[in-house]
Amino acid sequence: MPKIENEIRQFLVENFILGDEVDKMGFDESLLENGVIDSTGVLEVVFFVEDKFQIEIDTEEVLPENFDTINRLAAYIRRKQE
Amino acid sequence: MSILAESMKIKVDDEESRLSKWMKNYVFREFKRRGAVIGVSGGIDSSVVLALAVRALGNKRVVALAMPEKDSSPDSLELAIQLSKKFDVELLKTDLFPALDALGCYNNLTDAIKETYSDYDPKQDKVKLVLPDNLLNKPSLNIFSLVLMRPNQSEERKILSPQAYLGIVAASNMKQRMRMLNLYYHAEKRNYAVLGTGNKNEHYQGFFVKYGDGGADLQPIRHLYKTQVYQLARYLDIPQTIIERIPTTDTYSAGSTQEEFYFRVPFELLDKIWLGMEMGMSTSKIADDLDLTAEQVKRVMDDLIQKERTTEYLRTAPLAIQD
Repeated sequence: MPKIENEIRQFLVENFILGDEVDKMGFDESLLENGVIDSTGVLEVVFFVEDKFQIEIDTEEVLPENFDTINRLAAYIRRKQE
Repeated sequence: MSILAESMKIKVDDEESRLSKWMKNYVFREFKRRGAVIGVSGGIDSSVVLALAVRALGNKRVVALAMPEKDSSPDSLELAIQLSKKFDVELLKTDLFPALDALGCYNNLTDAIKETYSDYDPKQDKVKLVLPDNLLNKPSLNIFSLVLMRPNQSEERKILSPQAYLGIVAASNMKQRMRMLNLYYHAEKRNYAVLGTGNKNEHYQGFFVKYGDGGADLQPIRHLYKTQVYQLARYLDIPQTIIERIPTTDTYSAGSTQEEFYFRVPFELLDKIWLGMEMGMSTSKIADDLDLTAEQVKRVMDDLIQKERTTEYLRTAPLAIQD
């Protein structure tokens, strides 16, 4: 699995999934529908991504299509880095 | 004729009578209290609860408590005075500013705001916390931003860091918790119960402070959608100025509406979509009924489900391990 996806997953596991839920954390699983992140969680993810990948995120871009799964988020980061 | 608009209508006289019996039974018989205290904000919810309490318990057994603080709108107190006169109940006023200030509420709030706007000046700038607007047109997630309004009316908007967001929430929640503390002081002094004013939207969507405005003995309108509270308000003859007032949080200095702070959709539509979900209607049927697209309805439904799920903690009473 490419580096960005793994770094996102590691962040999510370390910050949101405490205990034995780790195995359920697939790269295409919905983070919102599965209750992994709430509104504070969204902020944490936004700030992690901005800091880690040195990109600036606009409120208008915080959409399910960019943030709802690890794969979508990684694709969004790559587009922003281009 | 819209199915949802029809289904949203309640029989206001039956509802008033049912709530009156229920309130009387719990306050007098079950809880053995002699009356009720209600925190009044000049908003529709507390006004309706007060009017219901007067009908159930009698005006001499109801006390209204207005608790303004530094960031409250002056309208709130003015409307609370108007309400208490109309229903002929005793109105007490406690200014929360000295207590909140002594506890560090305003300093903590300023420190948290300065994490986002380092040049924030609480003496002249105003702030409000908001979610992205208009969920019907934009599918953006619930990400809180802080809006800063300068004296020259210029406005800046920035996404909050998690630390700043949590700091602002923790500090401003002291206001609601201070109100709860005062309500119980006045209630216990009289052997009265405290009536909460949260409606269905606030309770199930998590728009309340745990052990703050969520701390009460009875919550008489918790089962009612906001738009149904308005139906009761008209029946109970609540002053028109209160009915027409836009619902606000009355917590932040810039004065944010409940829609921009949290709900993101006008109550008229939000409530009907929620009701459609509860009635088991399909997304497309709800959309047809409300003249929206299925995509818009789905977005609002997802948001309702998401908010209810992520705020379960607020509604959970202290837990003990089960054998």
